[in-house]
Amino acid sequence: MNFLANIGRVFLAFLASVGRLAIFMFEAILTGLKPPYYPRQLVRQMVEIGYYSLPVIGLTAIFTGMVLALQSYSGFSRFNAESSIATVVVLSITRELGPVLAGLMVAGRIGAAFAAEIGTMRVTEQIDALTTLSTSPMRYLVFPRLLAGLLMLPCLVVVADIIGVFGGYIVSIHKLGFAPGPYLTSTFDFLKPVDVISGLVKAAAFGFIIALMGCYHGYHSKGGAQGVGAATTNAVVSASILILLTNYFITSLFFGT
Amino acid sequence: MSTPKIAVSGVKKAFGSKVVLDGIDLTVPKGESLVIIGGSGTGKSVLIKSILGLIKPDSGSIQIDGEEVTGLRGSKRDALIRKFGMLFQGGALFDSLPVWENITFAVRPQQKLSKAQAKELAVEKLKAVGLGADVARLSPSELSGGMQKRVALARAICAKPDIIFFDEPTTGLDPIMSDVINDLIIQCTRELGLTTLSITHDMASASKIATNIAMIYQGKIIWHGRAQDIYHSKNEYVDQFVHGRAHGPITDGKK
Repeated sequence: MNFLANIGRVFLAFLASVGRLAIFMFEAILTGLKPPYYPRQLVRQMVEIGYYSLPVIGLTAIFTGMVLALQSYSGFSRFNAESSIATVVVLSITRELGPVLAGLMVAGRIGAAFAAEIGTMRVTEQIDALTTLSTSPMRYLVFPRLLAGLLMLPCLVVVADIIGVFGGYIVSIHKLGFAPGPYLTSTFDFLKPVDVISGLVKAAAFGFIIALMGCYHGYHSKGGAQGVGAATTNAVVSASILILLTNYFITSLFFGT
Repeated sequence: MSTPKIAVSGVKKAFGSKVVLDGIDLTVPKGESLVIIGGSGTGKSVLIKSILGLIKPDSGSIQIDGEEVTGLRGSKRDALIRKFGMLFQGGALFDSLPVWENITFAVRPQQKLSKAQAKELAVEKLKAVGLGADVARLSPSELSGGMQKRVALARAICAKPDIIFFDEPTTGLDPIMSDVINDLIIQCTRELGLTTLSITHDMASASKIATNIAMIYQGKIIWHGRAQDIYHSKNEYVDQFVHGRAHGPITDGKK
């Protein structure tokens, strides 16, 4: 019976944290929608997420595109389907790899940074200080970050899509011997708006999840340096898992028929 | 008797099974400087944070100027919090902002000050705590511990609060700097007729800044009286604490 009791306890604890997270999220959004607004905070976070993540995203995207072309070539040449490589590259990048890899990279970069910064503010009482200085921490710290995540990840994914497809192009033209014109034609021939749009919707969801996890774990961290470390780990791990989980559901929403 | 500035009655708070506040009763009249003493982990910080509204007590009543404040939300809570200033133990300065923005953090949006006006105000407040104008543009991490405390004090008094809370104002400072901070606290509060509530375990600081002292032990107020009587309290718990003895009723046997 002890075994069952343990399962029950774990499940109850899980439900409790889902509830706490939901309350945190709604409080942040409802408080944040009311003035005063902090545009400077929003801009700062948008630059942090959007601009400073560009090198990481660019590198991830270009190598993913390159390896994708290489792999599909070695696989598809077995049954003479080399002509589909361009389509495979562009669909994989826009639908899946662009948003998911960008999401995971940004989760590591931004989720950790948010959790560490807000966690440190928590343990040094700066969050309490905000409250005593007539400033809601939800409005000042959390909401701008959530909004920045929601807005900037799609922008990053547009960049990742372009660079990723370009990576595939480089390998196909210079290594696999495709002709540039036909390759580009077949890249765009089968690409539909929904392929890109579904990727951008995913990106927005992932951006929100990353910011939410970073803020939530940071906000509730306790116990000094160790607590902040744990909050950072939890933020990255939970954001990554939630990204993969949400990815499945959004995909089945768009293409599940 | 006029309405007390702060009236706390029957406040209880437990974290899990650990009871931290076990029915606290306390009143602070206007203009009084009450210092709460007590060992580490006796709930001093929790009491202050309950009054500030950062922690919600499990039961009991907290009144500010005769108005019940537990459970206040929204704009009423905002209005209440403007009456308060708080000096945190570690200063709690925002390290992403320069000193002048820290000091004017609350005031600037309230009074719609321009950047130049805000800087001017910050310099004025820095002067009040004995720091030069050149400190204004520094970042908090460039300051020593004593300077951080002073800047935090300047920030706490900047919005002209009615009540100021001091959380261990002298902890981590050398004796001279402690005394400087004590003097500043007296200067910045008594002259303005502010009510203050401080927590500390530094007896030198307590005797200096307090008009009244209360001692908290095991979640209850066990002694409350005038500051000059603290060394003749006839309470063995208080005696052990104020004289800093390793042996006595607090450490040896429980009651």
